Amino acid sequence: MDSSILQDLEVKACNMRQNIVRMLGEAGSGHPGGSLSAADIVAALFFKEMKLDPEKPDWPERDRFVLSKGHAAPVLYAALAEKGFFPLYELLTLRKTGSRLQGHPSMKHLPGVEMSTGSLGQGLSVANGMAIAGKLDKRNYRVYVLLGDGEIQEGQVWEAAMAAAHYKLDNLVAFLDHNGLQIDGPVSQVMSPEPVADKWRAFGWHVEEIDGHNMKEITDVLTRAREIKGKPVMVVARTVKGKGVSFMENQVGWHGNAPRAEQTDQALAELGGKADE
Amino acid sequence: MSKKIATREAYGKTLARLGAVNPDIVVLDADLSKSTKTADFAAEFPDRFFDMGVAEQNMLGTAAGLAAAGKIPFASSFAVFATGRAFEQIRNSIAYPVLNVKIAASHAGISVGEDGASHQSVEDISLMRTLPNMTVIVPADAVETEKAVESAVEIKGPVYLRLGRLGLPVLFDENYRFEVGKAVTLREGSDVTIIACGLMTGQALEAADALGGEGISARVINMHTIKPIDRNVIIKAALETGAVVTAEEHSIIGGLGSAVAEVLVQSEPVPQEMVGVRDTFGESGPPAELLQKYGLTAGDIAAAAKRALGRKKEIK
Ligand SMILES: Cc1ncc(C[n+]2csc(CCOP(=O)(O)OP(=O)(O)O)c2C)c(N)n1
Ligand SMILES: [Mg+2]
Repeated sequence: MDSSILQDLEVKACNMRQNIVRMLGEAGSGHPGGSLSAADIVAALFFKEMKLDPEKPDWPERDRFVLSKGHAAPVLYAALAEKGFFPLYELLTLRKTGSRLQGHPSMKHLPGVEMSTGSLGQGLSVANGMAIAGKLDKRNYRVYVLLGDGEIQEGQVWEAAMAAAHYKLDNLVAFLDHNGLQIDGPVSQVMSPEPVADKWRAFGWHVEEIDGHNMKEITDVLTRAREIKGKPVMVVARTVKGKGVSFMENQVGWHGNAPRAEQTDQALAELGGKADE
Repeated sequence: MSKKIATREAYGKTLARLGAVNPDIVVLDADLSKSTKTADFAAEFPDRFFDMGVAEQNMLGTAAGLAAAGKIPFASSFAVFATGRAFEQIRNSIAYPVLNVKIAASHAGISVGEDGASHQSVEDISLMRTLPNMTVIVPADAVETEKAVESAVEIKGPVYLRLGRLGLPVLFDENYRFEVGKAVTLREGSDVTIIACGLMTGQALEAADALGGEGISARVINMHTIKPIDRNVIIKAALETGAVVTAEEHSIIGGLGSAVAEVLVQSEPVPQEMVGVRDTFGESGPPAELLQKYGLTAGDIAAAAKRALGRKKEIK
């Protein structure tokens, strides 16, 4: 692929990271770690992979993105704003009374949000339903869903994993944001899901393993996924929680804490942006 | 009044009929399609029927996704599992985003019989009516079920339909007028009002007959929609009869009785007696014996009506 396309995507991801930090700094609460770890994947989806029209958020042929790990709302809002679903300045209303940017995504509040999430473990089931409807209606849209590695401890995820393979949902691609951390500590210590790729394979999925911060690997895997027939695709993406902000990287404590003003400035400096941009 | 029909049977037949008219209807079940009667739909429209296996949470979540993509999904299981196991999925993935999912649950109440308490839901009305955006309908016979299913398709948003296993007498004929949220006064009366739903509506009519024999004039209201509840009918009954009895095959905590009480205490407080399951689980046994043992008969309703009347006189 043209390297300028990859560079553009990297710039988008960097802009999104800056906006994630800005909106969380302004909000004073929220979840930076899992938003930053997913930024490259979400950028590739919104700015290369998915058919979307911000002017027509209900367009029936659009591709769907379900943020199953709904606490990473900032990464979704950053992508939607960057894509033109709403003005960038609205990002600064995150979590405030009356805002369309609820603490966890709400489809009734904000156009472009495909599903209200926040309660972990429910998004894959919903994505399955959208994928089944797409097949029934003979539409060509594809459904993408992003799961956390702590989230997959929920039993419903495995009910849905079984169902997606059973119904041969090859119009569905799931990403696992495998950042190794959840709230109480490392996923491997809290409740290990390993061997995670083998589990999805055993459930009947086509599984790919990539570096979730390498734009070429992300875009390549999405291209390959289109060729897989008869099976849903799981991309296990190795990521770094808090990616891009040195003091947040791999730190459990940055799961659900917003940066203070000076931390916001430092984070933006590292990401090459200014606080008031 | 010859043949008895369970509301679940009427549900299956109606679904299969509507499936032919409305291609957007899809049906999901969790390995109970023969019992919930969604098998009737599956036989006619196998491509629009999805058995999700014994996995109720995923079933309701999948229904949410189908609805988000424009389908009208009916999801069925037993009431305990549909509303209990998957409560939080219904709350967060269906009611909060106001998705067009119809939860049609059978085997509600203790009239499930021999399977016992694990399978007898006496909490589902309470659970479903506490959710914003949810419409809750409890049909009293086969005819009402048919109309309720038709109405559920028309409503844009989540609906809970409470269905039973037990064969019930058919109370209504094809001219019966059913409108969601509009209670039906089946019998006029001036001394006391019985407000019932589900299989207790038939019992309420019998109770009114018995009370009539003793010179007590009992009004009977079929409250098929628990939410949104028909406030006007309740307030009118309180003003005109001065005493109310509620009758439901459900816990008196959080069900029809509570819903009626919520209206009365905030408008026209009058004595109210509640016939229902009294903060206990059910048990195994033939349905008729259980209904007797748990105080859910016409006799229990008549006795409650007299208690309510007695309290009315005290107040005066
Ligand atoms: C059902 C449910 N239980 C608990 C929570 C609280 N919670 C929010 S995030 C989180 C940890 C998630 O970890 P992971 O999936 O690894 O997310 P990430 O590391 O990508 O942020 C928990 C337990 C929740 N949102 N939903
Ligand atoms: Mg994690």
